[in-house]
Amino acid sequence: MSINSSTVKKVASLARIAVSDDEAERLVPELNNILGWVEQLGQVDVSGVEPMTAVIPNALRLRDDVVNADPLTGGNVRDKVLANAPQAEHGFFAVPKVIE
Amino acid sequence: MTDHTNLTVAEIRDGVAAGTFSAREVASAFNAAVEAGRALNAYIVETPELALKAADAADAARASGDLKPLSGVPIGMKDLFCTAGVQTTAASHILEGFTPPYESTVSAKLWAAGAGMLGKLNLDQFAMGSSNETSAFGKVISPWRDTSGKDLAPGGSSGGSSAAISARLCPAATGTDTGGSIRQPAAFTGISGIKPTYGRCSRWGIVAFASSLDQAGAMARTVRDNAILLEAMSGFDAKDSTSLDLPVPQWEANLSSNLKGKRIGIPKEYRPDGIDAAVAAQWDRGIAWLKDAGAEITEVSLPHTHYALPTYYIIAPAEASSNLARYDGVRYGQRVLPDGAGLQDMYAATRAAGFGDEVKRRIMIGTYVLSAGYYDAYYTQACKVRTLISRDFEAAWEKCDLLLTPTAPSAAFPLGEKQEDPLAMYLNDVFTVPASLAGLPAMSVPGGLTAGGLPLGLQIIGKPLDEQGVLNAALALEERAGFAARPEKWW
Repeated sequence: MSINSSTVKKVASLARIAVSDDEAERLVPELNNILGWVEQLGQVDVSGVEPMTAVIPNALRLRDDVVNADPLTGGNVRDKVLANAPQAEHGFFAVPKVIE
Repeated sequence: MTDHTNLTVAEIRDGVAAGTFSAREVASAFNAAVEAGRALNAYIVETPELALKAADAADAARASGDLKPLSGVPIGMKDLFCTAGVQTTAASHILEGFTPPYESTVSAKLWAAGAGMLGKLNLDQFAMGSSNETSAFGKVISPWRDTSGKDLAPGGSSGGSSAAISARLCPAATGTDTGGSIRQPAAFTGISGIKPTYGRCSRWGIVAFASSLDQAGAMARTVRDNAILLEAMSGFDAKDSTSLDLPVPQWEANLSSNLKGKRIGIPKEYRPDGIDAAVAAQWDRGIAWLKDAGAEITEVSLPHTHYALPTYYIIAPAEASSNLARYDGVRYGQRVLPDGAGLQDMYAATRAAGFGDEVKRRIMIGTYVLSAGYYDAYYTQACKVRTLISRDFEAAWEKCDLLLTPTAPSAAFPLGEKQEDPLAMYLNDVFTVPASLAGLPAMSVPGGLTAGGLPLGLQIIGKPLDEQGVLNAALALEERAGFAARPEKWW
């Protein structure tokens, strides 16, 4: 199936990437080439085959439910968390007004 | 006088331990080489002071009899690993200026082992590319030249690592490999590189691309150096849910190029019609070398090989579209806020300005194949084919212990040649992607040169957790190839 510029714009909007009309037009053949190529997977008989979820068998672990089990990824590091924010105010991430 | 930049990791380690030279001499020589090699654009950030600091610690450790496995060894760090206090960008504008307050597990292990950092190495943006042309900090130029005189690709995505090692701007470096990003650049630049079994190296603190495929690994000029580096990088980490809780084998101590009793599979699907003649001839020489090392050669079939690349180019973009959703202009990195824009507009403007074309292309492909109505046709189908690709390898292991293949379908190509055609670029990974999809350890070693004087690599693929077998076969190839070529200095 092939996509058109309105599909490209919809996908770009889902991906939160601003695209101009010109860019959307340019992306149509690019994305169609790639999608047309990956569509060959439809030829493969996968009846009875489970989708792969893990390449190496590995059980998920649980850790003790305690605060700051790992100090590196634990809490009380507000300033570090905010250190790289483009705009941090009063100990919070600041964003443009969301509610009018 | 010794040229310290021509030393291997093992030689530096042993020379510092024996007092033949000081770690400071070595670090100073590499710092000077890094500065003199800026024309290659291999480093995004140079950290000579960190290399010297680690060197001084190594010299002090020698005096006090407290040397560590990598004391005195300066290395390059791919700029995909978060390094505390040193800018980490994944070669993307969207992370320009990002200074992690924490250290990735792999880099922390290397520093704890005594290594020092020469700088952060350039790469394809978010590790998406096979030529290092997608970096927001400019393309890396291979130190190799052929008769055309054109600038050549160092491979990708670990192209800063491969260029820096082959140009002697570092003796070894970290790489990451999602679909061939260690092995293909190693092949293009006449060095060695190993991607271990998925889960050997912690992914914690590595900027994520496709989490089910991403795996850190080592790059250096010799197989032994790769074993040394990988030993220091590997090991269980509770902060990565897919980290393998297994002891790290002593790969270096157990190196042996005697392959008696080993069965080497030659997958027939890796020799398609129209295969490059030089690549095929190099492969044949590799087969003869492994025979000479005592191995038994047997033909095997991996019937779904043809579908590995399209499978990868659904799964990797799908995971990338999810992983890269975090770049929103709120918590870190760049923010673009047009006049009067609301939150959604800010997200879209930030991501439009911050991501490069290839990254956007992959995010959009990933978003599309995961979107309602298409998820099963694309993503679930790809995950099922991935199961079949993995089963192909399992069936092959009934007949053989290791596989030998070419690493890449050609030698290095000129920069710019494939940039306009994403599909042509993707085809570079045709021999490396299958092992990535199956999570298998795989390594590239230099085999020889083309008629034009460019390196060609050979790839060894092993069973899960058999890095030792991979390293040993690679060592057997290395000893017989006698690859001593190095790029002539023009920079």
